[in-house]
Amino acid sequence: MVRGFGWAAAFPDEVWEHVFSFLAADADRNAVALVCRAWHRIERRSRRRVFVGNCYAVAPAAAVRRFPEVRAAAIKGKPHFADFNLVPTDWGGGAEAWVEAMAEGWPHLEELRLKRMVVSDDCLELIARSFKNFGVLSLVSCDGFSTAGLAAIAANCRSSPVHTSVGLEVAILVSVASEGVNELSLVYLLLSSADIPYLRNLRELDLHENEVEDNCLNWISHFPESFTSLVSLNIACLEGDVNTSVLECLISRCPNLKTLRLNHAMPLEKLVSLLQRAPQLVDVGTSKFSADHHPELFSKLESTFAGFKHLKSLSGIWEAGPTYLPAIYSVCESLTSLNLCYATIQSPELLKFVSRCKNLQRLWVMDLIEDNGLIAVAASCKLLQELRVFPSDPYGVAPPISLTEHGLVAISAGCLMLHSVLYFCRQMTNAALLTIANNRPNLTCFRLCIIEPHTPDYISQEPLDAGFSAIVESCKDLRRLSLSGLLTDRVFKSIGASANRLEMLSVAFAGDSDAGLHYILSGCKNLRKLEIRDCPFGDKALLDNASKLETMRSLWMSSCSVTLGACRQLALKMPRLNVEVIDERRGRPLESWPDDFPVEKLYIYRTVAGPRSDTPPCVWTV
Amino acid sequence: MEAAGESLRDTELRLGLPGTDAPEKPASTVTRGGKRALPEDDEEGYAKSNKSSSSSEEEQGEGDLCGHEPPAAKAQVVGWPPIRSYRKNSLHARKVEGEAAGLYVKVSMDGAPYLRKIDLKGYKGYKELREALDDMFKCFSLGEFPRKEGCSGSEYAITYEDKDGDLMLVGDVPWEMFISSCRRLRIMNGSEARGLGSRH
Repeated sequence: MVRGFGWAAAFPDEVWEHVFSFLAADADRNAVALVCRAWHRIERRSRRRVFVGNCYAVAPAAAVRRFPEVRAAAIKGKPHFADFNLVPTDWGGGAEAWVEAMAEGWPHLEELRLKRMVVSDDCLELIARSFKNFGVLSLVSCDGFSTAGLAAIAANCRSSPVHTSVGLEVAILVSVASEGVNELSLVYLLLSSADIPYLRNLRELDLHENEVEDNCLNWISHFPESFTSLVSLNIACLEGDVNTSVLECLISRCPNLKTLRLNHAMPLEKLVSLLQRAPQLVDVGTSKFSADHHPELFSKLESTFAGFKHLKSLSGIWEAGPTYLPAIYSVCESLTSLNLCYATIQSPELLKFVSRCKNLQRLWVMDLIEDNGLIAVAASCKLLQELRVFPSDPYGVAPPISLTEHGLVAISAGCLMLHSVLYFCRQMTNAALLTIANNRPNLTCFRLCIIEPHTPDYISQEPLDAGFSAIVESCKDLRRLSLSGLLTDRVFKSIGASANRLEMLSVAFAGDSDAGLHYILSGCKNLRKLEIRDCPFGDKALLDNASKLETMRSLWMSSCSVTLGACRQLALKMPRLNVEVIDERRGRPLESWPDDFPVEKLYIYRTVAGPRSDTPPCVWTV
Repeated sequence: MEAAGESLRDTELRLGLPGTDAPEKPASTVTRGGKRALPEDDEEGYAKSNKSSSSSEEEQGEGDLCGHEPPAAKAQVVGWPPIRSYRKNSLHARKVEGEAAGLYVKVSMDGAPYLRKIDLKGYKGYKELREALDDMFKCFSLGEFPRKEGCSGSEYAITYEDKDGDLMLVGDVPWEMFISSCRRLRIMNGSEARGLGSRH
């Protein structure tokens, strides 16, 4: 046996790189990097994918320096509660710092995925011209850019069928020219004429639920004629009209197109003629699915969809009425993913449609499906893994829908592979939750939102502690949980004790005292993200569990009972946490406020980058 | 907690009749009545931390004003229920396009002392609309309504204001397009309207 780590040197670096390439999880790669200096060096040079869960947790330059050969980066910005308008719009999460650092240090970057970040048009332009081999751009829940920025991306797209053949040409010419001509200069000549630095292969442009300003109506026409490499295009979030004929040309010349998600604005007739050009599509998001009844349009729609031999995923279907939905029955059988959460179809039609989708694995739907609909789904869709039911009328101004706990119980009983649930409803019982827990111990994600805060079990009038406790005790692999309804500290005791795999917990209008928070922070071994609003949790629990916070990605607390004094103490005690106090009303600086000042919103996250330099006026890093 | 809330309710200023009450959903946590309070002003809102804190932006609940309005439109809590703002905007925008609520537009007639309001969704096409307007304004009209498009030789012409604010002659565009862009209707004197029609 070789003493020490000399054996590491017995193999060339490439061998270790190859070995490490089998480690998919970042945690494993991180562990490997700690073994010895050689492995640290080899690992960091061979890491190709980086995921930054909190853009402020590390300085962009540091990340780029540590991993110089990254090809795919995913970065997240604002806290999750920004989705519900709880985070001020100027809070931060700007992408410039990252894009600039990446443009400088990762010129070979191929994939960039940003979520909940503020991306400017300048950023998009920088992306467009900085990465030679850029393939995938995904922007999810971002804002700050416009269609002019998209035009810049489009304009810089080019397809390179000559990519490999250029290399070949170079090799031939070099061998031919080795007699008397300077090899190097010949190579330079060839390279520059082939225009390699500007080659790109954009395959995927994914714009998911972004707020995009519409100021460049024809941005799609900026894709050059030579551009043919598109595989996935998702423009569902764009509000404005998109030039259909330009889009048709684009689609026609991209034979590898598999995913096409259009936006609401396109009329149904245009949609049909567009889709006819791409029968190879696997994932389709339609535009507006309502129009006056025209038999001709109906049959065109019918034949177009019948032509989809490989369709697995369907979404869009905005405002679908009963008129045109039957035209697409032919694809139901093959669908594995169906997103009808913008379709305002009523239950009977919805039921007819969904119960034909025997192979469905993922279903996103409005509560218009009602209990009856879900019972039908439970009977027909035996392969269902993920269900999301959204409220059609969240503010309760219309007559109530007949969607109750019964629907979810039926699904839990009938769909044996169900592991992920998001369910909005107005009533729940402990008994129902117990049944669900017993039926589906394989749940990994359970998010229940009972629309009215503090709603008890409507039969027993008890808090829903017993029900949610049953969920965490039975579902040993639960990774994500959202609570709602009337809840006391008892439920937190169960969660702290049983939810060992829990990574993300969302709590609102729950608990009686600090004990609740203490149970969570002193338990839940694998907790990464905790977000709390409107709960009576305060200083003591926070300070008693200060070190826990460094094991987590972030903690959000708003409208709780935390004081400024506790934040100051926490910040002092834990230098590797950024303790951000957010207060949108006060004009005076934080330093002048006393310790007992109640904190409106608090965002705590671990970081190696220190306090950030881009805090807006309403945010103070304590 | 509830008891304190009830006594507070007694002291609330309302515009409803005495004895009528905005029907409350059980376990409503929204701080009721009055203006939105800041934490140091509203001891109740902050100390009773089970309630949703008044530090969230709460709109005036309509239920406070009309005691008999069923069901009470409660003051909304910011960010609750937790729906993506993107979804809210989309849903709202679609609803506003007139799905369930109907598309009410004002109808004015030159010379008539008051206006009317009609629901454009209630008509299948131009013919029905004209017939309805004829019926509605019979008592004011001196001549017959134009039965066909254009206003040649008739006393009155039906025009509308579209979403850009322009005055347009009714009947040019497909019905669906018309009802999505019409903001109000105006029955004009034939002589004034001739300028509109004569271009075609």
